[in-house]
Amino acid sequence: MDKKNLKGWLYLLPAILFLGLFMVYPLIDVFIYSFEEGYNSASQTYYGVGLYNYSYVLHDPYFLQAVKNTFILVIFTVPISTGIALLISVGLSSIKKLKELFQTIYFLPYVTNTLAVGLVFMILFKKTPYTDGLVNLVINWFGGNSVDFIDGPYWAKMFVLCFYTVWVVLPFKILILTSALASVKQDYYNAAQVDGTSKWRIFTRITLPMISPMLFYLIITGFIGAFKAYSDAVALFGTNLNTAEMNTIVGYIYDMLYGNSGGYPSYASAAAIILFTIVLTITCINLLVSKKHVHYE
Amino acid sequence: MGKPVDYAKIEKSARTGERVRKTVIYLLLSVWALVVLFPFYWMVLTSVKSYSAYNSEYIPKLYTLSPTLQNYVDAFTTVPLGRYFLNTLIFTIATTALMLVVIVLAAFAFARLEFKGKNITFTLFLSLMMIPNELVIITNYVTITNWDMRNTFLGLILPSVTSVFYIYLLKENFELIPDELYKAAKVDGTSDLKYLLKVMLPISKPTLITITILKVIECWNSYVWPRLITDEEAYFLVSNGIQEIRENGFGRENIPAMMAAVVVISVPLIVLFLIFHKKIMEGVARGGTKG
Amino acid sequence: MKVVLQNLTKKFPGRNKKSRDEVTAVDHFNFEIPNGKLIGLLGPSGCGKSTALNLLCGLLKPTEGRIFFGEDDVTNLPAENRGVGMVFQNYALYPHLTVLQNITFPLENLKGEAKLTKEEMQRKAYEVAKLVQIEELMERKPSELSGGQQQRVAIARALVKMPRILLMDEPLSNLDARLRLQTREEIRRIQRETKITTIFVTHDQEEAMSISDMIVVMKDGAIQQIGKPQQVYDDPVNLFVAKFLGTPPINVFRGRVQSGQLYIGQEAVLNLQNVPDQELHVGIRPEGFVLQTDGPLSCKLDEVEVMGRDITVVSRHEESENTDIRSIISAENAADVAGDTVRFALKPAKVLLFHKETQERIYFETI
Repeated sequence: MDKKNLKGWLYLLPAILFLGLFMVYPLIDVFIYSFEEGYNSASQTYYGVGLYNYSYVLHDPYFLQAVKNTFILVIFTVPISTGIALLISVGLSSIKKLKELFQTIYFLPYVTNTLAVGLVFMILFKKTPYTDGLVNLVINWFGGNSVDFIDGPYWAKMFVLCFYTVWVVLPFKILILTSALASVKQDYYNAAQVDGTSKWRIFTRITLPMISPMLFYLIITGFIGAFKAYSDAVALFGTNLNTAEMNTIVGYIYDMLYGNSGGYPSYASAAAIILFTIVLTITCINLLVSKKHVHYE
Repeated sequence: MGKPVDYAKIEKSARTGERVRKTVIYLLLSVWALVVLFPFYWMVLTSVKSYSAYNSEYIPKLYTLSPTLQNYVDAFTTVPLGRYFLNTLIFTIATTALMLVVIVLAAFAFARLEFKGKNITFTLFLSLMMIPNELVIITNYVTITNWDMRNTFLGLILPSVTSVFYIYLLKENFELIPDELYKAAKVDGTSDLKYLLKVMLPISKPTLITITILKVIECWNSYVWPRLITDEEAYFLVSNGIQEIRENGFGRENIPAMMAAVVVISVPLIVLFLIFHKKIMEGVARGGTKG
Repeated sequence: MKVVLQNLTKKFPGRNKKSRDEVTAVDHFNFEIPNGKLIGLLGPSGCGKSTALNLLCGLLKPTEGRIFFGEDDVTNLPAENRGVGMVFQNYALYPHLTVLQNITFPLENLKGEAKLTKEEMQRKAYEVAKLVQIEELMERKPSELSGGQQQRVAIARALVKMPRILLMDEPLSNLDARLRLQTREEIRRIQRETKITTIFVTHDQEEAMSISDMIVVMKDGAIQQIGKPQQVYDDPVNLFVAKFLGTPPINVFRGRVQSGQLYIGQEAVLNLQNVPDQELHVGIRPEGFVLQTDGPLSCKLDEVEVMGRDITVVSRHEESENTDIRSIISAENAADVAGDTVRFALKPAKVLLFHKETQERIYFETI
């Protein structure tokens, strides 16, 4: 009996070791850090316990800028990407020819390096002394004026960030929605069709309720993912995000930890816990809303 | 049946409606396919334009008549792209291999072995799935720094060798293997470890392959942790390399060379994807998320 | 509403990798279904009967031929404009809607003049619910209902808009044996009350025989025989139909005709006229055997199954194409069965002859 127990734990040992060291311990530690005032990473000493770190972070204009950016990003990209994904998936599931080809193409961004493709987006949108960039060329065609989307006005930069984020998150959403749509039995559609139901009504009264659990899963994970945005911004605007006014909350955390203004794990911890609280709150609200609107079989 | 119904008219309008609908759908799908593919096209195109040609095009050309591979030569000679590549390869292989060992053992324990506290441990494992990386990365950074492991492969690899999600996925898969096989093996005097290696792993090969591919993608694209833990170029991975190239390499204006580097970095995963696209998409649909 | 099929044909592109040949699921159907009847479309699985149903409701377009509802040619009309009601094999009840919402769903689709108010929809829904006896279940979700109840809801949903014809795809296949008996009586009753022309598809011959006004027997996409159930059973046109109808199934022997005598093995079992000498299949219905100590057909006795009113004698014969010969004998004669062999005389009306190659029926007269 004892030998049996021992054996089980032996097999689990590596996993427990790694998880304990790099997940459980850090999880506790991050709370401790966030309350230790005046922590010095060189000497590993601190001189007080309290809420100062939170207060500092919440009064830091860079953090507030990051919060604003993150919220704008979330508010635009989550509904837009979910909407486009739904549109495309519905389109995909109503065709037969070329379906697999389209599906494969749409999934491509998922496997590419965010940083690398971000560079391509940058040169497409960037205005330099040599060229206005391809996007501006198109804008000029339609009679608009060139805008520097990378070093120019705030709204232009935010637009590129949102656009690139949508481009990056869509593959996953399209994939999930397409398989959700495929799991709706053809019989329901046949029944509705025989009963003379219009296409739009089939969509709103049958398709949407049937895929609502998956749709909702995507919205929740979409919120969580968008709140954690970071590498997309780095890809477009470089590592010095504070100067570009394009920092995100996660970016702020990393900058506090390391980088030009780094070396403050306490501030970083406080910011991380604030972020986690925001995400938790939003997720709870989402879950409450879903109870009313989502049909679970 | 009361008033006459014009069937011909209904038929015709239904047929036209169907045709219009199909056209709109294909149009929409093609437009998005273009949006997805265009950046890739642009990246390849730019990478074969010569430096001077690129900079003389105030209005960028959508094609080039004199492609050159000079940029690729530059990408490997001016900046240590080969080094980044090698680092990423080492990092990816080591992390994935180590992770496979760890999760196979853990999944086997959860799926097949009986021991005290198994269920509660599994529940605790599952609850760890909800912890965001951002929360624990701070302490990990401090830990690795304290262990003097910055700018080492160990420091890069260690924090990413477990994944609760993959343990869960594999455990579910192991549990599909009928109990009788295990009992038969026991009767024949096979040890647990031998049973795991000779029976369970071969049967679960499809899932293992999926997990491996997903982990490889994750490793190849990882940026945040390597950025925190490495500041010597000798340990840069491709993502950090790209960032470095963007900010310091080539001189900021040599976009074609930059694009050549981007192509080189993207190609391995795209090839992997084209070979395994069914498996990858299946695996991701089963619940994987990026990063 | 009478339904007429003219030359109706549906071909599918071949899916088999080796042969790209088209598969003909429905092969030149020609028949007329009289108004207000209950028709059973009967055949083994894969014979194209579901395809035929999908052609009728408009979910599939025919390759060739025409479909008329009454005088209207509906061949190319989309499903939504045909005004048919359909009950699907697994009911296809919308799981997120209540029973009431499921039943009113087709009514909400009506447009223009036909549009109904909420009250009218409710009234109609309750009317039809009463007909199928589910009034007390209206607020439940489908998942809270038993299989039989779901079946009734599906029928109610198909009937609520007063369809021109009602189609049912294997309506009883998902029910257990007892419910099946009960539900098929229900379907019969509902059809009689509504007088809607109803076509249902089944692979279960007993089901089709018991409730249909007319059955259509199909094989490999082609109609074998159309007629009243009893008539088709008594007078099948070929060996397939004879084998397909009846439980226990017909017993088939290798036989031959030689100078006015029908032989099974070396035994002359029947005198007949007008049949030239040849080898053929001899089908004998289970009720066609009579126990007789000096009967011409001798079989090896296996066992006797007592079923109350009747007994089943299970025996063997070298020339039998079935492994067992099952004969149903009234119980009074049970005492006669003993020993290793039994001897039977045959009732000529229950003996059916089929051509050896074509398997078509060969008619004969007895002396």
